[in-house]
Amino acid sequence: MTSKKIVLRFPDRLVDQPIVYKLVKDFDLQFNILKASVTPQEEGLMVLELTGKKENYELGVEYLKSCGVKIQPLSKDIIRNEKKCTDCGVCVPICPTEALEVDPKTRKINFDNKKCIACELCIKICPPRAMEVHF
Amino acid sequence: MRTIKEINEKIKKGQAVVVTAEEVIDLVEKKGIKKAAQEVDVVTTGTFGPMCSSGAYFNIGHSKPRVKLGGGVCKLNDVPVYTGFAAVDIYLGATAIPDDDPRNKVFPGEFKYGGGHVIQELVSGGSVRLEASAYGTDCYPRKKIEAHINLKDLNEAVLFNMRNCYQNYNVAVNLSDKPIYTYMGMLRPNLGNANYCSAGQLSPLLKDPCYKTIGIGTKIFLGGGVGFVAWHGTQHNPSVKRKDNGTPQAPAGTLAVIGDLKQMKPEWLVGVSMLGYGVSLAIGVGVPIPILNEEGLKYAAIKDEEIYTQIIDYSEAYPQCIPGSLGEVNYAQLKSGKITVKGKDVPTGNLSSYSRAVKIAEELKSWIKKGDFLLTEPVAGLPDAESGYTFKPLKDGPSLS
Repeated sequence: MTSKKIVLRFPDRLVDQPIVYKLVKDFDLQFNILKASVTPQEEGLMVLELTGKKENYELGVEYLKSCGVKIQPLSKDIIRNEKKCTDCGVCVPICPTEALEVDPKTRKINFDNKKCIACELCIKICPPRAMEVHF
Repeated sequence: MRTIKEINEKIKKGQAVVVTAEEVIDLVEKKGIKKAAQEVDVVTTGTFGPMCSSGAYFNIGHSKPRVKLGGGVCKLNDVPVYTGFAAVDIYLGATAIPDDDPRNKVFPGEFKYGGGHVIQELVSGGSVRLEASAYGTDCYPRKKIEAHINLKDLNEAVLFNMRNCYQNYNVAVNLSDKPIYTYMGMLRPNLGNANYCSAGQLSPLLKDPCYKTIGIGTKIFLGGGVGFVAWHGTQHNPSVKRKDNGTPQAPAGTLAVIGDLKQMKPEWLVGVSMLGYGVSLAIGVGVPIPILNEEGLKYAAIKDEEIYTQIIDYSEAYPQCIPGSLGEVNYAQLKSGKITVKGKDVPTGNLSSYSRAVKIAEELKSWIKKGDFLLTEPVAGLPDAESGYTFKPLKDGPSLS
């Protein structure tokens, strides 16, 4: 079994296609939608956690690419600018997945981007604006 | 037991025993007050958090021909500064924002850039665009000026904050059913989070809670450089309720501080943006506490478990000035990551960086140990709990005439 969080970007011609349904039906993959939106340029963006057999996962991803969907691993999405972060911790109770946590010993703030679902709640509430969205 | 003069003699010889306000807690637990007081000469404190009543004044030098900014308009990177002085003295406030910032028109406003950021940029060594217009006089004929300024070319650049180092602060929560955006951060509805803002057991005024050693003229770590306590801070309120250990149970004393901006470092002066609220400046301050007697050490060794503060609703009680607290918690509870409010577990967040406070206390300790930093005798005390000094509200109403 494999389970990965990926960012899908759909060109506008694909926005009305049932692509995710095909992942379930033809490739036997489970999905969890972490985020979905259609941008003003009518490009679709979806953040998925995709789970299934390794070979099915790879075939599914190949299928998405063949349709013209651009795929990125999610971990690249939200990054912390270490130069800007002051380790205050006001983001900690806001983060829904505990990707931002206080180290009980050093009182520094740990960011675990494996746990991050790119909800972006931390972006604007960070006082020194250290959390950045990168596409 | 010992005087500041004696401590300074030891500092000069490199023999002073200096510990941080965190280290002193363990030391006292291990050795007891009596023995530890014989050993320790100085306890260093630290705090790093947003402090809105901050700013800096500059003398920008005279242009040829001369210009009088007093009564005119002056901006640094589009952020307006106060010009109501002589010809080329200006004061930049931490919360000032450009005239064309949308503020809260599209709520919540982002407040990406303002006075706090300009100060950080200057301290980083960057240059900042100055634009000014003046009305022109016989002796100061020029009406417009544009220039780029940087710290090294300015005559004076002085950080002067009228209120820093709050001695304790509220825990902010939201009882309403909508998110609210405050200077204490975003507060989620129905007690979604509880935000606090203090270094607790490292915070300067909590380790000398009755102002026995900190006073006007006390030399401090300010923004990475050396500064001084100039006065008690605005809203200084020593008369609030206190625990038996002397610590106030609500926001109490404050300090007005001053120091040479040219010595300071961008790591300790950080422009911050509070969503839906505005711009501020996060500042690093550290105050050395000379241990003159056992009582002083007892205060300096107060720990998080012994420092209490009030939980305040920022959806109604705070904005409407309705007195009352939802409960009292201590800083050990706040630091555990969760407190209980009205029977509900609420996750906590700190606006004040504890790890940076530790670093400030460590840095000040190293300055003193190296003999670079001598302690000062305060020239006057701060108004204390017995002084009768209070924090008054504003009574609004129509004019009397």
